[in-house]
Amino acid sequence: MNYRSNLERILDENKFAVTAEIGPPKGSDPSKIKEKGNMVRGCADAFNITDNQTAVVRMSSMAGCCIILNMNLEPIMQITCRDRNRIALQSDVLGAAAIGVKNILCITGDHQSFGNHPDSKGVYDVDSIQLIQIIKNMRDEGIFQSGDEILSGRPNVYIGAAANPFTEPCELTIKRLEKKIRAGANFIQTQAVFNVDKFNVWMDEVRSQGLEKKIHILAGVTPLKSLKMTERMKYHVPGVDLPDDIFEKMKCATDPKLEGHNIALDIIKQIKKIRGVSGVHITALFWEDIIPSLIKESDLLPRP
Amino acid sequence: MIITKQKGFDDLLIRIGKEPVFIIGCSECATLCHTGGEKEILIMKNALENKGINVTGWVILEPACNFQNDKRLLRNYDKEITTAKKILVLACGNGVQTVSEILNVFDVIPGTDTLFLGEIKHANEFEKRCIMCGDCIQYDFGDFCPISRCPKNMLNGPCGGVKDGKCEVDPDMDCVWHIIYKCLKENDKLHIIQDIAKPKKWSKSAETKRRI
Repeated sequence: MNYRSNLERILDENKFAVTAEIGPPKGSDPSKIKEKGNMVRGCADAFNITDNQTAVVRMSSMAGCCIILNMNLEPIMQITCRDRNRIALQSDVLGAAAIGVKNILCITGDHQSFGNHPDSKGVYDVDSIQLIQIIKNMRDEGIFQSGDEILSGRPNVYIGAAANPFTEPCELTIKRLEKKIRAGANFIQTQAVFNVDKFNVWMDEVRSQGLEKKIHILAGVTPLKSLKMTERMKYHVPGVDLPDDIFEKMKCATDPKLEGHNIALDIIKQIKKIRGVSGVHITALFWEDIIPSLIKESDLLPRP
Repeated sequence: MIITKQKGFDDLLIRIGKEPVFIIGCSECATLCHTGGEKEILIMKNALENKGINVTGWVILEPACNFQNDKRLLRNYDKEITTAKKILVLACGNGVQTVSEILNVFDVIPGTDTLFLGEIKHANEFEKRCIMCGDCIQYDFGDFCPISRCPKNMLNGPCGGVKDGKCEVDPDMDCVWHIIYKCLKENDKLHIIQDIAKPKKWSKSAETKRRI
């Protein structure tokens, strides 16, 4: 079987996948991203390179992917609809495929009002579901969104999408997941799971509709580094459901980093048992050096 | 209706300086928004006079966006307008330009910020309903507009930032997708949003056209 990417191979072989996020630096120094890449090498099957996450300007996702590729690591290029219209999006998809990017994750993007340029104009020409469909048609049909033909080289990429299991009503969230599958997404990375009970309810619904057989679901895990970060996640980051018991644990902890590490370990342990979950996606915000021990202690090493 | 908001008085003072002013309001939207009706004009006149600025006169156009009508009405105020060095327009962005075209002067100051096309929910409470995209698609969304009512223009359901039915951008704002979902569900019409909505045809917008 010819797999588009290492991530596709692992997921299709039904092995429990691990992906991890590498945030590009707030500057042009490539050594920052190289340091992070070296830190997490061998710990995950592919690495998400974020696209100006939380609407804060950082090194571009494609440049980050290029650096990671040169280190012989596999990137997942994140691409948001916030900053580009359909012309720029498709152009970047072609460019990414040309430099060797094999996985692309389509997201609508955090609203610009949350970032460091709140006066900027958001684009939102297409939404994430439309972007998935556009990339699928570029890849499988060889056509652009306009219907115009691709002349030299279809972007042969493995398409990912995001999902938030914690938004209500569940019926609408599932409907959106189902639309993402129909649009052409191959894998899903979820919002960080803190509320495992609620995640289980969502997965029950996913399984009842057989959606886990149509798409690979990777559950998001974010280790909490400090009480400050926990507060931010609980009260200020849109879409995060951080239950009170975890908040209390972090509040009472004498060593918050250790507590955060243990909470993440416990969440991964629980996620591994959930039927229909194909892997974990670790987003260790400004704490990439925790990833090796977290993966090792979760018995997820060596990577297949 | 075109919803406007008066600019801050201090900002207006910077633009006006110390010179005499003629004030123009509008009988329609700006009157209903309480930004440029008779009452607001008189308050503005009083406030400017308290700052030692001479207000040479005022008029309410009927409405400010009617070019020929404005031309006739403004002729009656020729003296007051000529005496004034600045023209303060308490109408929408359209009204400001109609006035400046007629008067052919550069000292027309917009006194309001034009926000959106919306409805009067309650007195002094306005809600955005339309961005005049040139291609009305509400029928496909249970007669709600996700373009004007979603900060991310989501056409295929809510984004992941929605919390308790509220928008991530403003927790006081209902997520339009929750309104759409609730309404369609109650009417057993969820199938309407079953298909993937195609990218919007922005070519139908009036961006490249100036006249119809």
